[in-house]
Amino acid sequence: MSRIASAFARAAAEDRAALVAFITAGDPAPAVTPAILDAAVAGGADVIELGMPFTDPMADGPAIQLANLRALAAGTTTSAVLDIAAGFRARHPQVPLILMGYANPMVRRGPDWFASACAEAGVDGVICVDIPAEEDDALGASLRAAGVAVIRLATPTTDSTRLPVVLDGAGGFLYYVSVAGITGMQQAAQASIADAVARLKQGTALPVAVGFGVRAPEQAAEIGRVADGVVVGSAIIDAIAKAGAAGEDPAPAVRSFVDSLAAALRGARQEIAA
Amino acid sequence: MSIQNSLRAQPDARGHFGEFGGRYVAETLMPLILDLEREYRAARADPAFADELNGLMTHYVGRPSPLYYAERLTEMLRAEAPAGMGAKIYFKREELNHTGAHKINNCIGQILLAIRMGKTRIIAETGAGQHGVATATVAARFGLPCTIFMGAKDVERQQPNVFRMKLLGAEVRPVVSGAQTLKDAMNEALRDWVANVHDTFYIIGTAAGPHPYPELVRDFQSVIGHETRAQIMAAEGRLPDLLVAAVGGGSNAIGMFHPFLDDPEVAMLGIEAAGHGVDTDKHAASLNGGTPGILHGNRTYLLQDEDGQITEAHSISAGLDYPGIGPEHSWLHEIGRVKYEGVTDREALDAFQLCCRAEGIIPALESSHGLAAIIRNARDYREDQIIVLNLSGRGDKDIFTVADALGVAL
Repeated sequence: MSRIASAFARAAAEDRAALVAFITAGDPAPAVTPAILDAAVAGGADVIELGMPFTDPMADGPAIQLANLRALAAGTTTSAVLDIAAGFRARHPQVPLILMGYANPMVRRGPDWFASACAEAGVDGVICVDIPAEEDDALGASLRAAGVAVIRLATPTTDSTRLPVVLDGAGGFLYYVSVAGITGMQQAAQASIADAVARLKQGTALPVAVGFGVRAPEQAAEIGRVADGVVVGSAIIDAIAKAGAAGEDPAPAVRSFVDSLAAALRGARQEIAA
Repeated sequence: MSIQNSLRAQPDARGHFGEFGGRYVAETLMPLILDLEREYRAARADPAFADELNGLMTHYVGRPSPLYYAERLTEMLRAEAPAGMGAKIYFKREELNHTGAHKINNCIGQILLAIRMGKTRIIAETGAGQHGVATATVAARFGLPCTIFMGAKDVERQQPNVFRMKLLGAEVRPVVSGAQTLKDAMNEALRDWVANVHDTFYIIGTAAGPHPYPELVRDFQSVIGHETRAQIMAAEGRLPDLLVAAVGGGSNAIGMFHPFLDDPEVAMLGIEAAGHGVDTDKHAASLNGGTPGILHGNRTYLLQDEDGQITEAHSISAGLDYPGIGPEHSWLHEIGRVKYEGVTDREALDAFQLCCRAEGIIPALESSHGLAAIIRNARDYREDQIIVLNLSGRGDKDIFTVADALGVAL
């Protein structure tokens, strides 16, 4: 079983949603990221989603935009991102690691180069925001050939006729973007999330993780009652930025915030049963 | 010539021009751009759509725009050329359109599509403000609310156009992310669009972005080339030897070139903004100084570093100040059908001033880049040969920039 499948299976066996923690590589600096990732794992993250910084992150809200700019200003190159990934893999042999980012940095040296670099660094899956299923041959085929999962996004605008197109070639888990919008802004209504997850699960055996706009433990818990996984990004990035602005080490702040998210997910389904 | 051999049959069904173009957008937008493509095909097949478009082009935009023989400029260039040399120069006068540039051709077409699709809100990005003004104009004409995204730096530099947009009823939203220029305005427009897909139509200003935008913008701008063809046949009884147009995103150029792509006797020259020089780090020449990559919905030539991070473009002309180019130009460049050269800020400024004095026309700095290339190349053409410049916009908007560059305090 792949690391991603194992992580979701383990969470399911514990009757809880898996926690996917998003962290921008190199924010505030490449040398700081490893400790932040370790803190997220220690806090209870089941899957790490490592953001590759890009100059033009057009699907992201202000929090992650700024994180991208901070990372680039701190000299975060593609090679630095891959080093961070490889280091993480060495320290955490079992924790799934996903790279998330935009097409241009991923295809710059060719899709085969990127796919094999991911495989060598121990990356389990890749989410590329701006390569939809229709353009899969720009990257997807190379990733699958290298044994790296192509993690696709489904959104509120992905209807049932379109869903099979999105799922064709998809692996790892299905990432449900719960709002039509950018990261870290508004949150979706719980009822609409429950409906969407139910609909998506009819179409796929992949675990369904829900993200975009998930900011607080209570909200994560609510989503965790219906979804296989919950993705939290901007709120973690905010914690890192806040610690940085106060001149503090961001790792403990990440540890304690992720801990609160993980705790909320652990109790969520039992509460509703009680 | 069969359709298979035609250079005018691009893009393919997936929106690819050779290896360029495509639909590199977030999943949220995919259903919408698939809808747009269906709606565009239906509109193209609908005579009522063509009637409405043509009526507005005639009575609102003021088409056809004249094809003008630039006699004094021709004589001046001949005076410096070897005997018997110096082509006959024509200007396609797009600067005489309503709002002062070719941009309106596309905006009229797109707002009619927006209305067909039942969209009730318009957004657009703008750099210098020309596309923003054209979009605000058509939004006013059709009574739709309109938000224009503009880099905060451009808002500062282009106050007259900002005020024009506001007079036309548009909201101008300054974009403070990134370098606060056109590319960032486009990012922000995409962010707005993704959050408002249910009611919002994005009027993209150039022949770039995800399929079907490069195709439909080209088609709406092709009125330039179709008119030129008829007008030059009437004036000279034959096709021109060379077409010249400035290229930023490339909508005025593709509109001029596309109807002539299958005429091998017509050569074409696209002019990129070379800024301080293509060998410096201050230019906007994506083809001559960039490499292929993926940005803003399409695969095309981009200014980027070795990691695929997008680098800042520079040109004295805000309308050319973009680190990418429309995908069809990338394809035409690779197959060699169109030649692309650079013109520096300095050369464009010189051409701007020459045009004012020689022809009594204040050209846009964008179009001045094309004119500079003609000044450079006309002596290589015989007196019986014909060059047509797409004079894509008027230069009133640029007088502050030009005064500043010439050290004149206004």
